[in-house]
Amino acid sequence: MDSTGEVPEAGAVAGEMRQDEARRGGREQSAPQVLLLFAHPAYERSRANRALLEAARTLPGVLVHDLYETYPDFGIDVAAEQRLLAAAPAVVLQHPLYWYSAPALVKEWLDLVLQHGWAYGHQGHALDGKRLLSVVTAGGPRSAYGSTGANRFTLPELLRPFEQTARLCRMHWLPPFAVTGVHGMSDAELEASVALYLEALSFVSGEAPAEVDLASHELLNDLLEGDAARRRRGEPSIRREG
Amino acid sequence: MHGQEFFTQAFVYLLAGVVSVPIAKRLGLGSVLGYLIAGVAIGPFALGLVAEEGEDVLHFAEFGVVMMLFLIGLELRPQRLWRMRAQILGLGGVQILLSAVLLGAAAWLAFGDLRQGIAIGLVLALSSTAIVLQTMQEKGLMSTEAGESSFSVLLAQDIAVIPMLAMLPLLALRGGGDGAPTHASGHAADGHGAAEGAHAGSAFAIESLPIWGRGLVVFAAVALIFVAGRYLLRPVFRFIARARLREIFTGAALLLVIGIALLMAQVGLSPALGTFLAGVVLANSEYRHELESSVEPFKGLLLGLFFISVGAAVDFELVGGALTTVAGAVVVLVVAKIAVLLLLARFFRLGLDQALLFAFSLAQGSEFAFVLFSFAVQSQVLPAELAETMVAAVALSMALTPLLMLFAERVLLPRVGTAEAEERESDVEDDEAPVLIAGFGRVGQIVERLLTAQGIRSTVLDFDSDQVELLRGFGNEVYYGDATRLDLLRAAGAERARLIVLAVDRPATQLKLVHRIREHFPHLRIVARARSRTDAYDLIDAGADDVFRETFDSALQMGIRSLERLGVRSYRAHRLARAFRQFDEKSLRRLLQLRKDRTAYVGAARRQREDLALVLERDVELLRDPGDPGWDVESLAAESREGSG
Repeated sequence: MDSTGEVPEAGAVAGEMRQDEARRGGREQSAPQVLLLFAHPAYERSRANRALLEAARTLPGVLVHDLYETYPDFGIDVAAEQRLLAAAPAVVLQHPLYWYSAPALVKEWLDLVLQHGWAYGHQGHALDGKRLLSVVTAGGPRSAYGSTGANRFTLPELLRPFEQTARLCRMHWLPPFAVTGVHGMSDAELEASVALYLEALSFVSGEAPAEVDLASHELLNDLLEGDAARRRRGEPSIRREG
Repeated sequence: MHGQEFFTQAFVYLLAGVVSVPIAKRLGLGSVLGYLIAGVAIGPFALGLVAEEGEDVLHFAEFGVVMMLFLIGLELRPQRLWRMRAQILGLGGVQILLSAVLLGAAAWLAFGDLRQGIAIGLVLALSSTAIVLQTMQEKGLMSTEAGESSFSVLLAQDIAVIPMLAMLPLLALRGGGDGAPTHASGHAADGHGAAEGAHAGSAFAIESLPIWGRGLVVFAAVALIFVAGRYLLRPVFRFIARARLREIFTGAALLLVIGIALLMAQVGLSPALGTFLAGVVLANSEYRHELESSVEPFKGLLLGLFFISVGAAVDFELVGGALTTVAGAVVVLVVAKIAVLLLLARFFRLGLDQALLFAFSLAQGSEFAFVLFSFAVQSQVLPAELAETMVAAVALSMALTPLLMLFAERVLLPRVGTAEAEERESDVEDDEAPVLIAGFGRVGQIVERLLTAQGIRSTVLDFDSDQVELLRGFGNEVYYGDATRLDLLRAAGAERARLIVLAVDRPATQLKLVHRIREHFPHLRIVARARSRTDAYDLIDAGADDVFRETFDSALQMGIRSLERLGVRSYRAHRLARAFRQFDEKSLRRLLQLRKDRTAYVGAARRQREDLALVLERDVELLRDPGDPGWDVESLAAESREGSG
């Protein structure tokens, strides 16, 4: 609770979607392009994730699903989650990096929602071909993630369990999008990250052009920044018009 | 007064108000102008339905101003008043001084007599508390800078009336004027004309005291209000509240206001000032909101009556006879005041839009003027005809005020770029809690404690005066009152609150509250306590947003503990309970849909029972095996065996 004395909205009946999200979902009944699963146990204190999420909310075609707000007691409604997943061609999983992984509710969500026979296994084809973009925020700078850094592994290496989860579900794993060094980030830097995130969301909402070599980029950030540089030089861009 | 005659009078006044005020409001003119027009219409120069007794009614109705100041005092905590002292003395004092000098000089030039000029200048320097505050409140401008500044000036003027009453006899043409003041101050001491009759039987003649004695008596009276307000009134009100009779509480509130008015009149202070002080002293008490809503309707009616009487008192014959003098006086009065106020606003750094509102709202004569001019005549400071001309000018300037404010709002403000006065962060706003809690028993207390721990302020209403007293002792912000009263909800800030927690234990009261809130404060989110499933249906049906059955959670916890005691692993017990809750809450909503058709309800209830049994069976099955489907590796294990085999 921040000091402004703001009253948080009363929780709806547990297990049901929060009203604002239900409305949002209702408005974009024409199936959202991107289901953005968001998890942050202390959203009210976050700066980077708040900025990213607020920007994401403005995009049409992006359904923001705030997991901690929906399931404060971890009582995940598996059927409702599976319905949401089934309706979206692309899934974004946004959270801060806690102990080289996701906050606890994300793990609970993976455990319960990605059922055998639904998400994977001989009978499980519900997620086939859907794109999955992992979006993480990290306190340390990018240089800390790598063989010479304090964290010894790159972000894609640390996110391997998620990558393999996606592969087992026959999903299309994209290079992760990361906002690093959020502890010492200036407002201008954060703004630039938000702008790049919007590009990432628009990128993930459509099929990547065939000529893009995704595997050659450690992070999606690198691909998008390189593309922005090309655009500035007047060269062809991967960005779709309109 | 003859009974029949009284009712005829009441009928005429009420009819005039009832007809003209809604029309004026509809036309966007405000209620004050509506009342004034009603007064002119029934006055001696239009329909002639009221004649001389209009003057008496005017004096009686001035009591509305006394009540208004009491209510304003209730809104103003002492701490805040203390913070405003510089503004009251500075802004108010300079306004009175400058206006008096300017208007006095004009009167001196016009009528050629310095003493008369000074007297007229002093009296005309005052503005009308009744008209300004009523109009400002109606337009919601009280918490703007213009509203606060106007209030400071008006308060300073209320205080200034006392020295003015003392000064006027000194201006008398024939030096001393020994005989007159004794008689006159009896009349003048009533300030706003309250309780005129009281002085006749006054056994205690304050005039006979030496000046230091008078000072002492005045001081003692003010001290009495403070001490009684702080230490005596609360136990008294608690005792009265315990009777749980609303009309007796209202009677007590009126008794208090009238009593203070009488006391003030006895010692020669303005009754309005006295009740204002009493209001301030009571602003911190738990009876604040209940007092507000008790006095409010009387204030409204009396003020309306007052405005009607002002309208009826405009002597059009006299105005017609001395058209140039009256018109000249009105123009000089209004223009000089606006000029002084604009200058002051500039000096006190108000924004241009606020300055315009401030200046145009205070540009009229005061209801004090009626009293002071008649006092001046008695003290032989002014000739009767001149005083009557001035009274007419004051009445006309009052009638002009709503029009001037409309002009400022509609014509001037759009040009300076701010159509709406900007709301300033004021203490009144700070006082508004985002949450109201009705009922402060076993349920309400827990909710309040949780919110308070997060630094969220709530205003609590409870109808048990002993309970309120007890809880206030622990520093809780609790007010006495019946939450089903619309006026009380409003006084407690229902219009600005975001959320109301209904934690009253009587289901019928809860239901009434939900209906009332949905009708009048549709923006408020309602979190309600329900005694049973049936009550929950009723509350949801009536429009409560979030309904909680008061025993449900405890029962669930008891169930969990029972399972644990029987050897079920804790996590499983909790998950079972959670599934149970989800199912039960869903079924609550689903049954509500089918409830209208009784047969469907019964049928559905049986179905729900079967559903519940099914779910519980399924849960038991799920949890007997390793766990939830996600944790259930049976199918996976089978597939693996298949793959390897």
